[in-house]
Amino acid sequence: MSFTLSINGAPHQVDLPGDVPLLWVLRDGLGMTGTKFGCGVAACGACTVLIDGQAVRSCQVPLSDATGAITTIEGLGQPEALAPLQQAWVKHQVAQCGYCQSGQIMQAAALLAEIPDPTDQDIDDSMQGNLCRCGTYPRIRAAIHEAAQMMKAG
Amino acid sequence: MASWKTITRRSFIVLGAAMVGGAAFGAYKVTEVPANPLVPAPGSTPLNPWVIINADGITVIAPRAEMGQGISTTLAALVAEELDVDWSQVRVLHGPPAQAYYNAGFAERMSNEPDYKLSLADNSPNVILAALPKILSLQMTGGSTGAIGGFHQMRLAGAGAREALKAAAAKRLGVLPDTLKTEGGKVIGEKTFTYAELAEEAASLVPEDVALRDPSTWRFVGKSMPRLDMVAKSTGTETFGIDITLPGMKFATVRMNPNRGGAMTSFDPAAALAFPGVDRVIDLDTGIAVVASNTWTAMQAAQLVDIQWGAADYPADTAAMMSRIEAAFATEPNSRLRDDGDVEAELAKGDVIEAEYRIPFLAHASMEPLNATAWVKPDGAVEVWCGNQAPILTRDAIAGALQIDAGKVTLHTPVMGGGFGGRTDPVPAVLAARVAAAMPDTPVKLTYSREEDMTQDFYRPAAIARMSGRLQDGKVTALWGRAAAPSAAQNALARLVGFAPPGPDRGTVEGGFDQPYGLPNYRYDGHLADLTVPLGFWRSVGNSMNAFFLESFIDELAHAAGADPLAFRLELMKDTHAPSATLLETVRDMSGWDSLKRPGFGRGVAFCYSFGTPVAQVLEVQDTPAGIKLTRAWIACDPGLAMDPGIVEAQMTGAMIYGLSAAVQGAITFADQQVVEQNFPDYDALRMHTTPAFEVRILQNNGTFGHIGGAGEPGTPPAAPALANALYDLAGTRARSLPLNQQFSFAL
Repeated sequence: MSFTLSINGAPHQVDLPGDVPLLWVLRDGLGMTGTKFGCGVAACGACTVLIDGQAVRSCQVPLSDATGAITTIEGLGQPEALAPLQQAWVKHQVAQCGYCQSGQIMQAAALLAEIPDPTDQDIDDSMQGNLCRCGTYPRIRAAIHEAAQMMKAG
Repeated sequence: MASWKTITRRSFIVLGAAMVGGAAFGAYKVTEVPANPLVPAPGSTPLNPWVIINADGITVIAPRAEMGQGISTTLAALVAEELDVDWSQVRVLHGPPAQAYYNAGFAERMSNEPDYKLSLADNSPNVILAALPKILSLQMTGGSTGAIGGFHQMRLAGAGAREALKAAAAKRLGVLPDTLKTEGGKVIGEKTFTYAELAEEAASLVPEDVALRDPSTWRFVGKSMPRLDMVAKSTGTETFGIDITLPGMKFATVRMNPNRGGAMTSFDPAAALAFPGVDRVIDLDTGIAVVASNTWTAMQAAQLVDIQWGAADYPADTAAMMSRIEAAFATEPNSRLRDDGDVEAELAKGDVIEAEYRIPFLAHASMEPLNATAWVKPDGAVEVWCGNQAPILTRDAIAGALQIDAGKVTLHTPVMGGGFGGRTDPVPAVLAARVAAAMPDTPVKLTYSREEDMTQDFYRPAAIARMSGRLQDGKVTALWGRAAAPSAAQNALARLVGFAPPGPDRGTVEGGFDQPYGLPNYRYDGHLADLTVPLGFWRSVGNSMNAFFLESFIDELAHAAGADPLAFRLELMKDTHAPSATLLETVRDMSGWDSLKRPGFGRGVAFCYSFGTPVAQVLEVQDTPAGIKLTRAWIACDPGLAMDPGIVEAQMTGAMIYGLSAAVQGAITFADQQVVEQNFPDYDALRMHTTPAFEVRILQNNGTFGHIGGAGEPGTPPAAPALANALYDLAGTRARSLPLNQQFSFAL
């Protein structure tokens, strides 16, 4: 079956069954591999993307339900044009293996869209669904605070 | 995707030039630099096996694989330091399987002497011992050896390339090389040449006298450098193994016998084949692969294959396995690597304090599930992409499985989404190659489901320890530790290289026998359990087991003596190893240990000297209405020379979190011969809201100058005992088994 998805502001045509999760549509169908597979059961957050600004686990969204405006890590910023969150991630040297960081950054983007200057408690509440086995949490926290300040300063 | 292959054509033809660095190790045949596996493509010139120069800058070929520990950045910094290039001109890639990339650092892990005693000795490498990893083709990433092994090798690579470039410029100008200087990727004299202009000529020159930079002039080494992979990892543009995308690629998954090592009696693929999008179900002897149009479809269909499994040859459940481990105490010890004084005579005096500790099997649970991509070409050659910690071994395993010459296997090692020791086994690469062999000229990406990754892992052994000690006048007069476990090394090496090494099994006792405690009577035994559960190397290996045993028991002795647990350790250590004692004083001061304890809080201290680096940790816990919280952690470590303090700090913090995650809630258990835990809800880890705040201090007193301890693993071993000791301080209840959530209620 054919679906048209809106991803990072552009339409994408995909011919896959409607029950294939968005995660695999992005990765295997469209070759957009920035969004990661970690668990398949919404327990790790590695596959987090935004749909209409809300953070969702793309492993749990069937293609047929992915009707909103999808933003993936590729749409947030690029190596030559980093988004403020990504600048903060680089400044604080957050990533170790880096595998979970796409999901962490997308979750943080949803947090900052809702709460521009989050407290540590806000960060705990928003980020606890995103697992990092390397243990980069302290630097993620610092980078989110930094990005909040950068975005406030404009 | 970036790969050494896109800038070089692969070949194993020996280049006449580029034997840089041999002279620095002396005239020993075994230490000469081996053949350069890199052969130039148009526009790029490999000056030696580690340095390629092209118009954009330099590309460092890292002999160690990147799994998050930052080693690629540190190895590149060592080359760049000598080669006088700007950091923005530096790229780094992992090399092909080749003897040139052997790990010299493993020599330091082949001794049965305690590490702290080695650091007291002089620093000169034992040439024959140092040559062993090369002879054995140990192109392996592990044992926290990357920085140690690369320290001389990578600086010589950079210096050798620099001198060759200067020699090329000197020839053109008709001057002596010494009259020229290098800066910003250029050779500067009467005329200025870019490295790219000189590279081709330089590759044919062998500099005779290569001097390394004086450490006082270092610009990159010893500094916190921006990691070369940071922008890619912050933008989703890094290519992990799981991201490899090839034209016409198919997607596969596997379902292997959960009774590990057992046979597959029969299987019926009909229901899977009827699933829309499924191409093939492939017989892999002990399991099946499903090939489909996308990974999710393959994973759904794999569950529909009706399979009859044969049994494994280990006991049915965890309780029976622990009985098997317990039975090992009745056998002769496999090792007694520490036997100071006369433990038995001292304990015979009576009033002996005894305790038994138990710890579970653990999984690696890297964020990137196991995967590999393979493509069997029409001529029978095979190209494989697989994040792995042992490229030569992996390449040879692929060749063996397909019954082809190793020269027909091209293996790429993309960066890994975590490893922690769990990407040493070549199984995913071999299975992908076998699936691809059944799909001629079709690239196939094989991805494990999380459930398959967790249940087909090679685990940290479960273990039991029996500790005995005696106090007199508030001092320890004897300590006898006995650890029993199946040997991870014997289990893994029998599988990986076909034989189990004889002799003392260091992994069963490391972290216990080798600590700088000045005990007059100190004995540590290892007993090997007869248990064939698949085992592997888990971050810090045996240290993760024995640090819990020893550091919990020392804490028990301290409390029995009515002493402060930190001061008690300090007293035992101060005359044995000063840098270690200094670390205890450092965490004491950082944590305000001597100020009054706050009500409702508990604090625990633990120490472990592993992989050349002593680490002391203090952890604070708080009793809250929601449960016990881990509030603050202090780490003091001393790796000797800290080549990149920012990376060392990240590793220390991450390694402690890794150890705390396992201590709080990590356990792999068996029922009916199968692993019970399937996915993160059953095998979770610390998260943002359960991770304490950290403060890390890096001291550089250990050893003589140039001593380089590991960074990736030494932060893990003290984590579990620091937490258990803090819980005792909080609740007055001694934890003698892990995970701790079986005994304590955490705020999770």
